[in-house]
Parts: sequence; C-alpha cells; structure tokens
Amino acid sequence: MSMSNQGETTTLQLALAWAFVGIPLLWGVINTLEAAAKLFS
Amino acid sequence: MALLSYLDRERTVAGPGFSRWMVPPAALAVHLSIGQAYAFSVFNLPMTKLLGISQSAPNDWKLTELGWIFSIAIVFLGLSAAVFGRWVEEGGPRRAMFTAGLCWGGGFLVSAVGVYAHQLWLIYLGYGVLGGCGLGIGYISPVSTLIKWFPDRPGMATGMAIMGFGGGAFIASPLSVWLMGNFSTATHIGVAEAFIALGVIYFCFMMAGSVMVRVPAPGWRPAGYVAPAQPRKLITTRDVFVYDALKTPQFWLVWWVLCLNVTAGIGVLGQASAMSQEMFPGHVTPVAAAGFVGLMSLFNMGGRFFWASTSDVIGRKNTYFCFFAIGTVLYALVPTTGQLGSVTLFVCCFLVIISMYGGGFSTVPAYLKDLFGTRYVGAIHGMLLTAWSAAGIFGPVLVNYIREYQIDHGIPKAQAYNVTMYLMAGLLVIGFFCNLAVRAVSERHHMREDAMARQGARG
Repeated sequence: MSMSNQGETTTLQLALAWAFVGIPLLWGVINTLEAAAKLFS
Repeated sequence: MALLSYLDRERTVAGPGFSRWMVPPAALAVHLSIGQAYAFSVFNLPMTKLLGISQSAPNDWKLTELGWIFSIAIVFLGLSAAVFGRWVEEGGPRRAMFTAGLCWGGGFLVSAVGVYAHQLWLIYLGYGVLGGCGLGIGYISPVSTLIKWFPDRPGMATGMAIMGFGGGAFIASPLSVWLMGNFSTATHIGVAEAFIALGVIYFCFMMAGSVMVRVPAPGWRPAGYVAPAQPRKLITTRDVFVYDALKTPQFWLVWWVLCLNVTAGIGVLGQASAMSQEMFPGHVTPVAAAGFVGLMSLFNMGGRFFWASTSDVIGRKNTYFCFFAIGTVLYALVPTTGQLGSVTLFVCCFLVIISMYGGGFSTVPAYLKDLFGTRYVGAIHGMLLTAWSAAGIFGPVLVNYIREYQIDHGIPKAQAYNVTMYLMAGLLVIGFFCNLAVRAVSERHHMREDAMARQGARG
C-alpha cells in the first residue's frame, strides 16, 4: 500500500486499496444478511 | 526519528496526480477497525466463565461488571476526541491514525494480560481507557481530511468513513467468535488469545490506513469545482477557531441536535431484540429477533452513507428536519403496530428510525463544516462527540427504567414500551426546534485573515 507522495495513482493501486477494505466489509455484510434472513423464515 | 518525521503532516501532502479516491479506503481502514466496539458484547458471556469454563464459578466476573468495559470505552471516546481534537487537526491524519492504531491495538494487548491474570481493572484500563482513546482519535482523524478532499461532496465523503464504523461490527462479531473457537480447549476459553490476535490484526489494518492517507496540497480543488465566493445561508466560506466555536450558540444547538437524535436511537438499538419479542409474543422468536437486530445493523450502516450523501443535495439542516419529523411520526406509530399485531410495520418503522440514527452521526461533520469552515472541523467534531457519550447514558437508561417502571405497575410487557416510544417522539420534537434555531455563525467568531494565514502556513 506504500506510495510515494509523487506520481499518479494507478488503477491497480485504487483497486487494491478498495479491495483491502471492501472484501472484509462484504464478508461481514453477507454474514449479517444470512443471520437477518432468519427473520423471514 | 525517521518514523516520527514520516508521520508529519508535511510528509502526507499529496503530489500532482494523486487520486482523492485513495483517501476513503484509508479512512475506512481505521473506522472498520474501531467499529469493533459495537461487537464487544460477544466477549461478555465467555468472560463470565473464564474460571468455571462450562459455567460461571463464584470468582468469575459478573455481566454487570463486564458491562462497564464498553461504557468506559465510549466515555473515553468522547473525552479523547474532545481533548485531542486540536492536536489531531494540527498534527495531520497520519500521526493521528498511527496513534489511534497504537492505542486500539495496545488496548487489546493490555486487556489480554488482564484476562490471563484475571484482573478486571486491567481490561478497564486496556480496552476502556487506552482503547477508548484509540476510538476517539481514530474516529475524528479522517473527517477533516475527507472534507478537504471532497469539498463538492463532503457529506458523502464523511458518510463513507463513518459508515465503516457501523460496519466494523459485521466483521468483528463473526471474526471474534471464530478466533475464540479456535483458541478454546476443553479446559480453557480463548478470550486472551483472541484479544491478542485482534490487537495485531487491527493495528496492521490501521497502519495501512495511515500509510495510504494524504492531505491535499494548499489550494487544491477537484477538477471543475468552483468554490462559492459568497457564503450561502448556513454555509460559511470562512473558518472558526476550535475554542471560539464553543462560544457560539450554533455549536450547542447542534450538540443537542446530535444528542437527542442519538438518545432516541441508541436506547432502542440495545433493546431491539427484547422489544420485538415482548411486543409480539409468540410471533417473533429469539432467532428471528437476532435476524431483526442484524437487519437493524445493516440499516444503521447504510443510513450513514445514504443520509449523509442526501445531505449534499438537500442541505444538512433539511436532512435533520427529515430525521426529526419522520422519526417523531414513526416512534408515535410503533405502539399502534403492536396493537395491530403487524410485525412487518414494526420492523419497517425501526429500520427507517435506525437508518436516521446512523445518518445523524455521518451528517454532523458536514453540518459543522458548513457552519464553522473546514480548518478546525475535526477538532470541533471531536468536542461535539461528548453529545454521543451523554446520549449513551441517557438513551438506555430512559428505555430500561421506564420499561421496568411500567411492568412494576402492572402494565403488560407487550405495552411496556408505549410510553418510551411517545417519550422518544417528544425528544425528537425538541430536537426539531433546536435544529430550527440554527442560524449562520456570526462574523465576529470568524478567524481573522492574519490568523488564517498563519494557520494556513502550518497546513
């Protein structure tokens, strides 16, 4: 994740940064949705 | 020394070509970590059986004693955000995120020692005091940075970060259960090991955030964005010094706006499971109630992004008008849903209410930015978070004590929440008028040009 202050941000850097936080969050949301589905069963 | 200088604000100034979309993930890395606080309760029950293992032994900790851990952490969240707000603002986001990571990760490690030694005071000190400081510093650290990167959409930007705080529990809850399961044996409950693992994971996660974060160069503007030359209604183009903000009625009006909105939401958030089962006996099972709580958490998180983004379009004041007007109607409607026996209507009411509870947190930084400018918004936000600490006490106390009073006076459990709901509606009416009273900050509170130039030179 380390980047120099200089130079353009690449698409790969952006994708990695968002995946870094997005994947754990998505995992947590799916877990919660599975639990929430029990309300309707 | 090299590490310390790496943390300086000057070292975080972005060069040309840096994408501002790198900053929200940096902020999320911190907020998703400290959002674990909402899931701390998963440790409560295991920690009542550390000695007895299968059941509580006489010397095991009581749930009432363990409940203080979270309360101390929330109190220190508010205190540290208020005390360290100016330091966070002037030292820059990287130093603040790094410090928050040290406090948050270190808090878990000290707590692990407390579990090993079976010394509860060490957990109060570790998770409560040290972790609470990590919560406060971490919570406010990315706010003003995001506002500076997204002057065109400050609500959306802060909404994204603060959404992470709501979402942190989704990750922490199953992760904690999984870790404890892995470290537990027939003769040992793996709470201490889970604390160590969480401390290390969160520290690394927050360090990644602190490495990624950048502040915009002075004078930077997004492509195509033209800052309004003249102030509009509530939106100032000037800055107010952090301690001068406290002298304005606007700060205290917004303090009450946040406090009342949070009081109404936090009380029912903690009681949602019990309330749904008691209002609809036989219809809502404990498993379904757990699903309801999960759904509420999702709307709490989603509301943070949705309402803060909406505030960029309709304005902060109008957004809070929505919270208070719609919230009043929905709270007043809840007893009727019980009388009608409509679980669906009950669930819908609370999902909207809880989305607005989350929205209250995420919209307030942009509201402060509108009123007090961007320079000290993080520090002012820190001071405002004392409203959260106060609401954390008022809300649950109101809901719990009124319910107990009702039941003690012979009211059936299914109707024991009616008075509370009407009271919450009443609190929101007061909040509506506090919000109505908010006007633009008087020019006499604005920083003078020479002071702004001096502060500007510092970053």
